[in-house]
Amino acid sequence: MAEKRTVEVSLSTSGLDAEGRPQRTPLVVDEGGRVTTLEAPLAIEPELEGEHMLINLGPQHPATHGVLRLVLELDGETVVRCIPHVGYLHCGFEKIGEYRQYNQIIPWTDREDYLNSPGNNVAFALGAERLFGVEITPRCTVLRVIAMELSRIMSHLVWLGTTCIDIGAFTPFLWSFQERERIYTLLEQWIGARLTTTLTRVGGMGADIPDGWMDGLRDFARTFPKTIAEVDRMVTRNGIWVGRTIGIGAMSAADAVNAGLSGPMLRASGVDYDVRKDFPYLDYETYDFDVPVGTNGDVYDRFLVRMEELRQSVRILEQAAERLPDGPVNIDDARLILPPKSKAMSEMESMIHHFKQVMEGPRPPIGETYVAVESPKGEKGYYFVSDGTPKPVRWRIRPPSYVNLSAIPRMVEGHLLSDVIAINASIDIVMGEIDR
Amino acid sequence: MVSGSADPASAPATPRGIPHRGGPMNPSADRIRDRFGSSFVRAEVTWGETTVFVRPESVYDIVRYLHDDASEQYDYLSDVTAVEYRDLELPLQVVWHLRSLPYRRFLRLKAEIPKGAPLRVPSVMPIYSGADWLERECFDMFGIQFDGHPDLRRILMWEQYAEGYPLRKDFPLRGRFSRSEQLRQALAAQPESRYSMTELTIADAFEDLPLEMRQRLAGGEKTGE
Repeated sequence: MAEKRTVEVSLSTSGLDAEGRPQRTPLVVDEGGRVTTLEAPLAIEPELEGEHMLINLGPQHPATHGVLRLVLELDGETVVRCIPHVGYLHCGFEKIGEYRQYNQIIPWTDREDYLNSPGNNVAFALGAERLFGVEITPRCTVLRVIAMELSRIMSHLVWLGTTCIDIGAFTPFLWSFQERERIYTLLEQWIGARLTTTLTRVGGMGADIPDGWMDGLRDFARTFPKTIAEVDRMVTRNGIWVGRTIGIGAMSAADAVNAGLSGPMLRASGVDYDVRKDFPYLDYETYDFDVPVGTNGDVYDRFLVRMEELRQSVRILEQAAERLPDGPVNIDDARLILPPKSKAMSEMESMIHHFKQVMEGPRPPIGETYVAVESPKGEKGYYFVSDGTPKPVRWRIRPPSYVNLSAIPRMVEGHLLSDVIAINASIDIVMGEIDR
Repeated sequence: MVSGSADPASAPATPRGIPHRGGPMNPSADRIRDRFGSSFVRAEVTWGETTVFVRPESVYDIVRYLHDDASEQYDYLSDVTAVEYRDLELPLQVVWHLRSLPYRRFLRLKAEIPKGAPLRVPSVMPIYSGADWLERECFDMFGIQFDGHPDLRRILMWEQYAEGYPLRKDFPLRGRFSRSEQLRQALAAQPESRYSMTELTIADAFEDLPLEMRQRLAGGEKTGE
């Protein structure tokens, strides 16, 4: 089980084979990032001398998924150069974190990659716990796995819906947002919030799951694959979809690793790097799931990888629901976990703990740690440096979509303007995380 | 299994009971010491992660070795960032987080720049193309010059941002300028000035520019949104 297993996702460049499965032909990407096995490689016509045009895409363009701005140099309809501009949503989270206690930073992690709030909360708590040197309870571990996989599904559903809209299919957007709504309802029952969950605390969770919540989760895990299958049937072999996505924005495996891509972007290029498998956390090595890997690293492969990840997340959810143990959610550590209100108001010792935690904050030992998790966008890392005071000296977010987006000039140059939208959608960016 | 010391043959597992200090060290640390004796400063293991301190000027050579050597294969650059301590006597540190995907190793490389010394380190962009934006952000937030970066300019803050480097400890949380001054500058910004000069040379947008910008462009200014 511990050995890494991969699933080859299907890719079609020339229709279906005898069994009705899409045929696969590995594409060849030249040094300029262009696909050379297509019949007519997209090249700039040297004879047709014309003025190059400057196009400003964004920051208020809906297809840029936020406030991304791309300055494009066009030759006719072909992109010659792409200069991205980011920072319109810069809030200085890392600076603010240096002025907050560890538990007070968790609400900021909600707002950074806001489609993946529970996952960020868990990642932050894992990092802070490493820094404090505490080990969480078995029940908390499984609950966090559930939170991470639910947020992976949530994030991929938003990506699926918006990408389909960008490429011209409206229906999957409605279907995926319906399913996303069900996850938000589950989260609301769990923690009371939907988008900005603040689900974890250092050493535990903000709340245990309410009675009967697991039935709702099992119900979701049972019925959700039906929606994936419907979208799959609508889109995967759709001629327009295939024509708009195959061979677009391809990155070779070596380029993708060198560019620091992570998550589905990297795996679509054929590199089976998944933090859950390679540097496990939360006992991910004991779950039975596969890591989907593509071959060509184009928009279509990224789509297939993410679709398969949805199915694998459901598998992990089912296993987690099976094994959820009883017991406490929070660790038994008066330094970190607030005492119950009734005790804080009646017992002197609990009141002192409460006072010390709220007024001063827990102090980690001097040290530093970098903890990375597999967020829906890729390797999300939190780097903490502590000087022994209740506030971190440095809290650094390693933003996966920031690094993924930095490769966009190489992906779009040589493609058509309309492909820029598809490529940008396939990166799955969240500007809150990029600009922080 | 502590991350950073993983044996490629064994299956990785969630680390447990990591000691605060000590524990197995990443074997790459010893090899860096043997190979780059004078550039190697010290190595330590904190929370199971190996940190190798090296001299700033030798970063490029060491990273090149870590990337190219068959026994190291640090082919993945996770992060480039910097740390400034609240104690202003302590040196500013530039941090590289490297991963070896084939060996499943993690290594933190640090270069300390003493107070008062110019903030310069070599760029690792010729080795990892992914270092592009990470180094630009580090320059933007800390003012560290990455020698050899082909396009080192601000990325999250705008080009004309004059308040300094936000993540430095001497930078106040609210910024250096007053709110009214910040508002005044925002309102005074021309929408056209949001294009850099390089971008405007692409197309024939030059003629449509305000006179002041045309003069700046004619004066040879390259960036300066």
